[in-house]
Amino acid sequence: MNLDFTPEENAFRDEVRTFIKENYPADLRKAQDEHRSLTKDEYLLWHKVLAKKGWVAPGWPKELGGTGWTPTQKYIWSEETARADCLPILPFGMSMLAPVLYTFGTDEQKKQFLPDIYNGVTWWCQGYSEPGAGSDLASLKCKAERITADDGKEYYIVNGQKTWTTLGQYADWGFFLVRTDPNSKPQSGISFLLIDMKTPGIEVRPIITLEGGHEVNDVFLDNVKVPVENRIFHENQGWTCAKALLAHERSGIAGVARSKRNLEKLRTIANTERSDTGSALLSDAFFRRKVAELEIDLTALEFTELRTLAGESSGKGPGPESSILKIKGTEIQQRLQELALEAVGHYGAPFLRDLSGSNAGVGPDYANGLAGDMFNGRKTSIYGGSNEIQRNIIAKMVLGL
Amino acid sequence: MDFSFTEEQSMLRDTVASYLGDHYDFDKRRAVVSKEPGWRPEVWKAFAEDLGILGAPFSEELGGLGGGPIENMIVMEEFGKALVVEPYLGTVVIGGGFLKHSGHAAAADLIGGIIEGKVIFAFAQAEPQGRYNLASVTTTAKKDGAGWTLNGQKAVVIGAPFATHFIVTARTAGGERDVQGVSVFLVEKGAKGVTTRDYPTVDGFRASEVYFENVSLGADALIGPADNGMPLVEKVVDEAIAATCAEACGVLRKLHEGTLEYTKQRKQFGQPISSFQVLQHRMVDMFINVEQAVSMTYMANIKVGDDAERAKAASAAKVQIGKACKFVGQNAIQLHGGMGMTDEMAIGHYFKRATMLESAFGSVDHHLARYEFLSLGKAA
Repeated sequence: MNLDFTPEENAFRDEVRTFIKENYPADLRKAQDEHRSLTKDEYLLWHKVLAKKGWVAPGWPKELGGTGWTPTQKYIWSEETARADCLPILPFGMSMLAPVLYTFGTDEQKKQFLPDIYNGVTWWCQGYSEPGAGSDLASLKCKAERITADDGKEYYIVNGQKTWTTLGQYADWGFFLVRTDPNSKPQSGISFLLIDMKTPGIEVRPIITLEGGHEVNDVFLDNVKVPVENRIFHENQGWTCAKALLAHERSGIAGVARSKRNLEKLRTIANTERSDTGSALLSDAFFRRKVAELEIDLTALEFTELRTLAGESSGKGPGPESSILKIKGTEIQQRLQELALEAVGHYGAPFLRDLSGSNAGVGPDYANGLAGDMFNGRKTSIYGGSNEIQRNIIAKMVLGL
Repeated sequence: MDFSFTEEQSMLRDTVASYLGDHYDFDKRRAVVSKEPGWRPEVWKAFAEDLGILGAPFSEELGGLGGGPIENMIVMEEFGKALVVEPYLGTVVIGGGFLKHSGHAAAADLIGGIIEGKVIFAFAQAEPQGRYNLASVTTTAKKDGAGWTLNGQKAVVIGAPFATHFIVTARTAGGERDVQGVSVFLVEKGAKGVTTRDYPTVDGFRASEVYFENVSLGADALIGPADNGMPLVEKVVDEAIAATCAEACGVLRKLHEGTLEYTKQRKQFGQPISSFQVLQHRMVDMFINVEQAVSMTYMANIKVGDDAERAKAASAAKVQIGKACKFVGQNAIQLHGGMGMTDEMAIGHYFKRATMLESAFGSVDHHLARYEFLSLGKAA
């Protein structure tokens, strides 16, 4: 056991750092600094730079375009991208669907979809949750009936509603869980379909979240015709794909590198803000203790994640232990947001969303958007399987209760 | 010992609740705060003329209802339930408080104006670097003949866009955080040299940065004693804290009730999610938080008139309420799941208000430190 970086690894860190410095899109940096919502093209700017460099899919197998990095290199990569506040690569195609595709898809399906995911050509969205199927995802009702059409080909006719579809307003394609057998047990009648979002009968309606953003959507499907070839894996066995995807979703959710970066920002804020006595807030006994506790909790999470990663690299896939990462990771993200908001005191209150042009902020720049981030951040203990559901998973799958 | 309300107090509660029930439902409120001016002057007019509640804590000689902190508490709790944005706290509790306690020459006239709904106050106290220390004042008022010249900036002045008058703390002597040397002034919003930058707040209220540039004030602008305004400021802020705690109780009750209701009708795994023990215990803990908050709010409003107990009572209550706002607010969203994240549902709006109330007039840490000092003395 040791934690030292080799000279090669340090050289890799320098290479990554230099690359980001020289290649991170300036327009995107500006948009991020101004706290404005990004356009579809802006979301993909950094993705495309990385695709060109060959660094966009560190998690993929090497033969499909993965980087072939060691776990340590991946760790360095996530640290450096977080450190430089790089926009995270959208997960829908890259880290949610792709592993399902290359694990369960046919060669034709891989050929058809993976390159466009890699190059940021296709924007994917997720059609999992339904109004009546959240924590109890397997109770989903969106119905797909198999027919033979006049052209002699087989199709699914899909009817139903999906919800919480993140950034679905931009999506070209979506991966959907649909019920293909209404008579079997909930988990065994589900299929995994890829649907072109331009197909007639699909309507995407915005859901505005409490901080005022448009991030998630309702998706309505009315007699949507989907070729049978767009099904991944066997009919009625889509739950296998769904579970694999959820485990991947959870392991990425710890967000250690991002939290370390946000902790650094919190320390900077608290060093700039004044306490009641006029000293730096970070020297206030109450506040510094909370920061210290958070740092310790984050270290515990980091080493738990490193243990998990080491296990994965020796052949174990992400198991139910990833629920620990989801619970602790999201709790820490939320506490960071709360403390940042607490640190700025009165200037947490102004609501100024777009700081471009003459609409400059009120109070210090770092205070803008902190309350919105904190409000929006409440989703993290709800999505990807709520933290209550994660505890059920650990109780059942890990502890055998 | 008696925790019951008088007949008049119960009537006051019923009057306010029934008016808000008819005129202040969630959708209406949401539509109003989402665009300018962000409040309804006609509601304020109704408070003054139809309900008469703007005189609740003032004596009958002044034209009020003859009440005090308990009446403020009743009004504010109902306002919390409806997320009322109109400036009762700034005007009646704070503006009225300064006038009432200072014995200012114009107090009777101005209180008359408050009761009629014509005079509206905002409390220009906080400063960009002052955090929650009331004595942290860099805005200056320099003696100028018989009057004063005011210069400085006040931060996040809640309700300033609606106000006709400001209560301003300014330094007339001493250094940046000295308790001695703070004085309180009455400033008309329209006075020459007063400018504001107005903006909405994250919980649907309105606030401003307020700038004073060589604002000329008469001798009669001073409220309370020169250089020694802090005891008055503390007294009024403690009263404001007691009233804010009451508003928080209204918000907390709605958060808890809304969550109970939602979990009873939301079904997953073939049953209402309220049947799961882990969620039941969470809702029990939320309930305990709400009840403790209500108890402390009663305590604070009963003791706030007693100068010997006031400060400790206000800080103790604010600590309890601050913690409850966080716990109840966050868990209300959590138990609503994705629905709790939507702008369309009221619960998120109560959560946002609870989050802002958590730090209003000082965070949990601020009031714990103040309480520690008052109760245990200076730390070694």
